[in-house]
Amino acid sequence: MRHTLSVLVENNPGALSRIAGLFSGRGFNIESLCVAPTLDPSLSHLTLVTTGDDFIIEQIIKQLNRLIDVYKVVDVSEGEFVEREMALIKVKAEDETRAEVLRMCDIFRCKVVDVSPKTYTIEVTGPESKLKAVIELLKPIGIKEIARTGTIAMVREKKTA
Amino acid sequence: MAKMTGKEMVVEALKREGVEVIFGFPGGAIIDVYDTLHKDGTIKHVLVRHEQGATHAADGYARASGKVGVCLVTSGPGATNTVTGIATAYMDSVPMVVFTGQVPTGLIGNDAFQEVDIVGITRPCTKHNYLVKDVRDLPRILKEAFYIARSGRPGPVLIDLPKDVQNQVGEFDYPEKIKLRSYHPVIKPHTKQIERAYKLIEQSKRPILYVGGGVVISEAHNELRELAELINAPVAMTLMGLGGFPGTHPQSLGMLGMHGTYAANMTMANTDLIIAVGARFDDRVTGKIDAFAPMAKIIHIDIDPTSIQKNVKVDIPIVGDCKIALQKLVEVVKKEGRPKEVWKERLEPWWDQIKAWQERHPLSYKKDDSVIKPQFVIEKLYELTNGKAIITTEVGQNQMWTAQFYKFDKPRTLLTSGGLGTMGYGFPAAIGAQMAFPDKLVVDVAGDGSIQMNIQEMATAMEQKLPVKIVILNNQFLGMVRQWQELFYERRYAATEFEVVPDFVKLAEAYGAKGFRATRPDEVEDTLRKGLETEGLVIMEFAIAREEGVFPMVPAGKATTEMLLV
Repeated sequence: MRHTLSVLVENNPGALSRIAGLFSGRGFNIESLCVAPTLDPSLSHLTLVTTGDDFIIEQIIKQLNRLIDVYKVVDVSEGEFVEREMALIKVKAEDETRAEVLRMCDIFRCKVVDVSPKTYTIEVTGPESKLKAVIELLKPIGIKEIARTGTIAMVREKKTA
Repeated sequence: MAKMTGKEMVVEALKREGVEVIFGFPGGAIIDVYDTLHKDGTIKHVLVRHEQGATHAADGYARASGKVGVCLVTSGPGATNTVTGIATAYMDSVPMVVFTGQVPTGLIGNDAFQEVDIVGITRPCTKHNYLVKDVRDLPRILKEAFYIARSGRPGPVLIDLPKDVQNQVGEFDYPEKIKLRSYHPVIKPHTKQIERAYKLIEQSKRPILYVGGGVVISEAHNELRELAELINAPVAMTLMGLGGFPGTHPQSLGMLGMHGTYAANMTMANTDLIIAVGARFDDRVTGKIDAFAPMAKIIHIDIDPTSIQKNVKVDIPIVGDCKIALQKLVEVVKKEGRPKEVWKERLEPWWDQIKAWQERHPLSYKKDDSVIKPQFVIEKLYELTNGKAIITTEVGQNQMWTAQFYKFDKPRTLLTSGGLGTMGYGFPAAIGAQMAFPDKLVVDVAGDGSIQMNIQEMATAMEQKLPVKIVILNNQFLGMVRQWQELFYERRYAATEFEVVPDFVKLAEAYGAKGFRATRPDEVEDTLRKGLETEGLVIMEFAIAREEGVFPMVPAGKATTEMLLV
């Protein structure tokens, strides 16, 4: 099963490679990995998407916690959570497809961030499923290049007091 | 606050951490620290002949004494030579701090002479490691390194020291206390879990205590023994657990697993409750996982949460220090449990069964008058040392025969590479143990294969006047691999036969040590006696039956009940 882990880690040199090395060394899988500093510059927030059964996910979380630099690990996919990913997609847009691409952008609320006589570069934001849908629909038109950020995620706050 | 150079900080920290001896080998990138150590003169330095030897010696020192072992080496090849020793210590949870010299910070990343990314290389096999880029961080890093190495589940920590940082000047503000917000080993076990564990124990009719190295590390042997005696449970030990419970105790089943006793493996297979203490269900213990202890509920006590649920499903996980957990468990059993006599009666059928297994296939070997049996050598060694020596082993058949036929009664008397299985570990580890206990008898049991992996350390032992005794079981084979080839590869002895083996007696003499050799069974006792009585470093070489095997044996991937017997 797909799990999204939110990891707070000391902003120390080598901390990221410790985490990445843990996954490769123990044969765990990383689907996407996203890191940036938090409000506290001494801590970084890392969102990691991985797959595995309960047994493996439990091991992954415990092994992460064992690293001296890891401050906190939360499996956000255990409950309600918000996830977002951004992608830049450079798509072929000539003659009759130019309008088609714009229509798609409209439907998916994408933004055109660069235009050339033969291409549009569009920005998409949303959960992984949305990105997947956009990419699938643009594929027949012709994707020239794609850059994705990987997922970032947060636990949803309780809606009642 | 005193101003100091980085190199002075290192020496000062070593003194404050109570380090009395370090093992190392100098070089250009660490020469400054060496110079400071030399001028200071309070810390004893043991000059080894290979950096791997330094790490194993520090490891042996740590395992024998319970203190942190310390190594000091130079950059590049000096640093990479420590990797095997670090990985060995990591697998067996040995507290160690390794200092490596590094090229000056300005040259890092430039492929400078003797530069290597040792922090990168050792990341997966250290508990933690540091590259010091600024002398201002050094006091904190030094304090943290020792704290991390010895606390929680112990392990090796590496500090990489660039040459310029060694000479930078800074304030020496050595922290009194450690504040690591991301590192909080759980020491005290959860009371609820202890109570739940007790309930399972109370219901059990066929319990077994399965004991690993954690009991030795946390010095929980007395608590373990108390619990075992209270509930009358049989005790099986892993290789690392030997000595954690007295091998001569009537409740001891000896070692379990691949080369464990028949009784230990059968007891494990038929138990209804495993009480695992400081053990991690290694594949050498469980055999085929699906067939492992099918009827058992499992209580697992370990300080490292990752050890729990890694290989088997656990019913009651107890995270915490083995000693404290066992203390609490003993308290509850004493307060709420049945009296000892009732336990005894309740487990009588279980013990009848176990005794039947013990009688059916006790540990044994075919005696022989014409050729020396290695098991016989170990038995005699046990007799002549009264079981009181600190024994180190190499890895392979010599290690397993020692585990089977030398009865370890006290913790920290068997030093052996369990997790990584490092050939060449035993002799340098013996040097370390002898440095920790100059007056104790320290014996390295070796094979002719593994002793040659770090034989150069004989010079170190001679220089330090260490009276280590080396027993070499010489079969001119890489015996354990040969045994596998014999059993599973139709006797195709691919690259396991040594055509050239040195004359170990002459070799001992070449180093200025003494050497004795036995080639017939009737010479074994005399040779051992002579060797043990002779002062100083001694090699005792035994020309053993060439194709002797280690039995029982569970073939890799088989269930532990599918043992090949003698």
